[in-house]
Amino acid sequence: MYSQALNERIEGPRVVEDPDKLAAFQARIDAEERIEPNDWMPEAYRRTLIRQIGQHAHSEVVGMLPEGNWITRAPSLRRKAALLAKVQDEGGHGLYLYAAVETLGVSREELYEQLLAGKAKYSSIFNYPTLTWADIGCIGWLVDGAAIMNQIPLCRTSYGPYARAMIRICKEESFHQRQGYEIMLTLCRGTPEQKAMAQDALNRWWWPSLMMFGPPDSESQHTEQSMRWKIKRFTNDELRQKFVDATVPQGLYLGLTFPDPELRFDETTGHWRFGPIDWSEFKRVLAGQGPCNRERLAARRKAHEEGAWVRKAVLAHAAKQRARERAQRIAAE
Amino acid sequence: MAERPMPLWEVFIRSRTGLAHRHVGSVHAADAEMALQAARDTYTRRGEGLSIWVVPSAAITASDPADKGPLFEPTASKIYRHPSFYEIPEEVGHM
Repeated sequence: MYSQALNERIEGPRVVEDPDKLAAFQARIDAEERIEPNDWMPEAYRRTLIRQIGQHAHSEVVGMLPEGNWITRAPSLRRKAALLAKVQDEGGHGLYLYAAVETLGVSREELYEQLLAGKAKYSSIFNYPTLTWADIGCIGWLVDGAAIMNQIPLCRTSYGPYARAMIRICKEESFHQRQGYEIMLTLCRGTPEQKAMAQDALNRWWWPSLMMFGPPDSESQHTEQSMRWKIKRFTNDELRQKFVDATVPQGLYLGLTFPDPELRFDETTGHWRFGPIDWSEFKRVLAGQGPCNRERLAARRKAHEEGAWVRKAVLAHAAKQRARERAQRIAAE
Repeated sequence: MAERPMPLWEVFIRSRTGLAHRHVGSVHAADAEMALQAARDTYTRRGEGLSIWVVPSAAITASDPADKGPLFEPTASKIYRHPSFYEIPEEVGHM
C-alpha cells in the first residue's frame, strides 16, 4: 500500500545551500543517476524523503489494522490464508521502508515516536472502517490498485534505497489486487445479498480511494520541486486519472455502479471523466477527524507499549550473553 | 611466536548506479582503510565498481546451509502468495 503526497510544510531551519553543489546535484538527477546515502544532497531533499518514506512506512504498518480486523472471520480457509499472507506482506513492506528512511539519518525509534505521538501522517484511507467482508475485496481491488499506480513509478525514484525497496514491494504486491478483485467477483456472482454487499463496499470506498492520490495539482505545494528532483514522476492528478481509467472498466465488468453520477467516458480523449472530489472530507480525515483515526493510533500505541517488556528482555539477555562470553574469554587467557 | 592472523573482510561492490552493493569476495587487511584499498585493487581493476563496502567477516552471522529445509521449505506450500493463484477473467485484462 502507500501514502499519498501530503504536501505539508517541510519543517526545520532554512539551509542555504552551496549553488555549485546544488547545480551538480541537479545535473546528476537530470542524468538519471541514483542518489545514494553517502552522496551529498540538499537538506530539503533529505527532509522531503524522510517525510515521504516515513509516511509510506507508517501507512504500510497502520494499513495492517483494517484488514487484520477480518482475518479470524474470513469466509473460507483459502481466503484466510490469502488475507494472512497479504497482511504479513504489508508488515514486511513497512520494514523495508523504515530501513530505507534510516539511511537518511533518522533512527527507527524516532520514526515510531513520531507516529505514536500523532506527529507523523499516514495514508488517510486507513482511517475508514472495514464493516463487511466485501470491504476486504474493495481494499485489495481499489486501495492496492491505487497503491500500485503510485508505486510503479516510485521504482524509478531518484533516491536509490527507496527505489530498491519499491522494486521489492511492487513484485510482492502483485497478488494483493488480484485477491481483492477475486473476492469482489465471487460476491458479484453470488446471491443478490452478496452482490448488494459488494455494491455497498464500492459506494463507501470509491471516493476515499481517489483521495489517496493526494490534493489536486493546483493545491499541491511540493509537487513541482519533487518532480524536479525526480522523487515523483507523475503528478497527483495524472496518477488519479490513470487509476480511474484502469478501474472503471473493471467495476463495470463486475456489474457494479460507481457512486458518481457525473462519471462518463470521454470519446475524444479516451479518458473516464469523474465528478468533483469532496476535499473537505480529505482534510477532515487527515486532520484526525476520520471515523477510525483514534482507534488506529490507539491500536498502534497498545501494541508498542505491550511489546516494551519483550524489547527490554531481549536486549538484557543479549547483554548478559556478551558479559558471560567476555568472562569466559578472560578466564581462558 | 606465531604471527597474528591478518583480519578478513568481505567486499561488496555497487557496479552501476541504482543497484545495491553485491558481495564479490573477500580480502585480508589490517584495518578498514587498507581493506578498502585492497578491495579496489583486487576487485575493480576493470572499472567494475562505483562504490565499495568492506565489512569485517567476523561481523557476519550466517545461517547454516543444513537448516535450509526448515528455514525455506515452508514457503513452497504457500502458493497463495503468488499472483497466479487468483483467477481473473481474461476480459478484465491485465491486473
